Amino acid sequence: MRLKHVAIGAAVAALLGSAALPSPAVAQDSIYVPLLTYRTGPFAGSGIPIANGMNDYLQMLNERDGGIGGVKLAIEECETGYDTKKGVECYEQVKSKKPVVMNPYSTGITLQLIPKAAVDKIPILSMAYGLSASAVGNEFPWVFNPPATYWDGLSMIFRYIGGKEGGLDKLKGKTIGYIFFDGGYGREPIPLLEQFAKDYGFNVKLYPVPATEMQNQSAQWLSVRRDRPDWMIMWGWGAMNPTAVREATRINYPMDKMVGVWWSGGEDDARGGGQEAKGYLTLNFNGLGTQYPALQDIKKFVVDKGKSQVVGDKFGENLYNRGVYNSVLIAEAIRNAQKVTGKKVVNGDDVRRGFETLKISAARWKELGLPDFGAPIENVSCTDHNGHHAAYMQQWDGSKWVKVTDWIAPMKERVRPLLEAAAKDYVSKNQPWPKRTEPCDKSS
Amino acid sequence: MFYRETGQYKTDYAADMALFPIRQDRIGMILIVIVAFAVIPLTMSSFTLSAVMIPVLIFSLAAIGANLLTGYTGLISLGAAGFMGVGAYATYKLTTWFPGANIVLLILLSGFVAAAVGVVFGLPSLRIKGFYLAVATLAAQFFLSWCFVRVPWLVNYNVSNAIEVPTRTMFEIPITGPNATPVVRYLVVLTVVVALTWIASNIVRGRIGRSWMAVRDMDIAAELIGIRLYRTKLLAFAISSFYCGVAGALMVFLWLGAAEADSFNINQSFIILFMVIIGGLGSLIGSYFGAAFIWGLPIVLRAAPEFFGMSVHAATVEHIQFMVVGALIIFFLIVEPHGLARLWQIGKQKLRVWPFPY
Repeated sequence: MRLKHVAIGAAVAALLGSAALPSPAVAQDSIYVPLLTYRTGPFAGSGIPIANGMNDYLQMLNERDGGIGGVKLAIEECETGYDTKKGVECYEQVKSKKPVVMNPYSTGITLQLIPKAAVDKIPILSMAYGLSASAVGNEFPWVFNPPATYWDGLSMIFRYIGGKEGGLDKLKGKTIGYIFFDGGYGREPIPLLEQFAKDYGFNVKLYPVPATEMQNQSAQWLSVRRDRPDWMIMWGWGAMNPTAVREATRINYPMDKMVGVWWSGGEDDARGGGQEAKGYLTLNFNGLGTQYPALQDIKKFVVDKGKSQVVGDKFGENLYNRGVYNSVLIAEAIRNAQKVTGKKVVNGDDVRRGFETLKISAARWKELGLPDFGAPIENVSCTDHNGHHAAYMQQWDGSKWVKVTDWIAPMKERVRPLLEAAAKDYVSKNQPWPKRTEPCDKSS
Repeated sequence: MFYRETGQYKTDYAADMALFPIRQDRIGMILIVIVAFAVIPLTMSSFTLSAVMIPVLIFSLAAIGANLLTGYTGLISLGAAGFMGVGAYATYKLTTWFPGANIVLLILLSGFVAAAVGVVFGLPSLRIKGFYLAVATLAAQFFLSWCFVRVPWLVNYNVSNAIEVPTRTMFEIPITGPNATPVVRYLVVLTVVVALTWIASNIVRGRIGRSWMAVRDMDIAAELIGIRLYRTKLLAFAISSFYCGVAGALMVFLWLGAAEADSFNINQSFIILFMVIIGGLGSLIGSYFGAAFIWGLPIVLRAAPEFFGMSVHAATVEHIQFMVVGALIIFFLIVEPHGLARLWQIGKQKLRVWPFPY
């Protein structure tokens, strides 16, 4: 009996010891696009629709057009569970297969990858998340975070609030509550928020939600009830969002005074509050619904053929479309890289150049089958890796999101100096930081 | 047949008290060290080195730290991740203040910071025992996590609230930061872990270790034979936290490259404790087994479907892996509650009489 156990133990040990982990060869004539996703863990609620959207759009390009410029995309997901340790493991795993772009989909993982990007020559696309300062192309030639930074987002929210109040100067003496995920992601907007508070004379109340307490925010909302802020701004993600919406409805907070960032605007986030959540606002930068021709193509070529993991009515939800938006950026950057370099099979450096000259005009959006799906991408450049593009406000009508404003431009003049300062700060703390040696392409 | 100590006479006390009294053990150890230092870095892929070997070594060190406290001294602690964090943040502060200093030295120094913090949180152990102590160390975990999130000084007022590891060199070779190759990082981690394991093995079989085990087995009896409880327990907390602190610093500086406070959450503490329990309480080699089991097995399981040419969704693999690892943990705890180290011992015992068991 004992000997059997030993044998089993030895077998397991041998299995563990087998160092030669296989890595399937990627065909030479394809472009490898790994997607770091999380369909498990506390953030799966937000992670699954995004993963599906990203995956399905790229797959659709493969099925419909045979890839990009005639080159197939090799798409592979790696499950991170939003865990930074697993994120590094995923990165190491895909690195050897020469990815052309990394999508970390977690601020923590992005931070780990930023210094590696320049060394491994793999560009990082952290779409409207990650390190805001990485928008400064001179210091971060390999990192891109279009269409807008968190600070842009906050300034857009203030433009909206200002519009409702009849001018930002009307905020004097009012109280604005800020409920946020207590980590890098949620803390980033605080300096700008405090700056605004000083400029416009309102009071800020901070309600941090620790990662472990995401699903139990009664303490925070008790304080909200006591303080009765005139507006609530929310920076939440994953399980934090539906909980916050539910708690807000429970204390009868006026939902049309509660504004979330674009990562707090999933259908499932608002649905948690039911009918009472009606009026809840969030920013958004991608179109809503399934009526877009490209989404119909996804349905035809991918979903209906059973090649997608998307379940029924989740197709075309907000975060799904967010994933599509993310993949449009990837695809357009690759297409652009092919144009700039004249090569068919592009590598990481080519795609970096593709990003730096990325332009998606309104006409191009239409051409992609996504008319008015996103604001035109026209400001991304060699020095500006973000572009500070516009977003709009969407409102929950009790069963779905409705676009309620036109595109709102961020206060770029307020945000850009902060970004420059933050980038300088990052670089000074991470000495020796490599100087940019990559030449700039002329905008195409 | 091969593994017998027959004929190996010990003629002096030194030989009798040697770390490996049996010749085969010595040879085996030398072989393992040669493989670890020479063969592995030369043959393994950079993925295996940086995603399997380095983390397993680092978690082994953390598990050794937790084992010294939980396995050898019998003080159940749930604060391991907190102390790892102290080590990491201390190294970060030290290397900001002394950018020219050798990073390995700073990592070891920050172990002492972790030890000091460990002693403070070890004070309740003088009054409370068992599960109550576990709850008290939970307080350490929560308090330290809270500090990592709320004290911006610790991260040099970084807006992202994260530690970002700068490039540091030794003999002109970068050993931290993005330019450090996996081989270099592996060798540095291996050297530190091997050295600290050697020290730990000497501590646990010496006077200190014996007094720890006496306290573990029965603290009143230990007190009666003249062991001063408060000293012994606090020393256990200090040394255990030192090991955890060094492991935490290695984790951030030589493996992850950046870390948020969330890397040192309560889950991490539980995982370290599981490594200790599955590996074997009161066993150094068990700490290695536990770390390899908990960290390595999921990676192998994740690679398995691909290896057999199956195409399975990444998330499905993740779910399967959770179930399989969970089942295996229960299996191992049922067949051998004393952990993998005990299996290893039984295996060696069988080997002595192989192939003619009696």
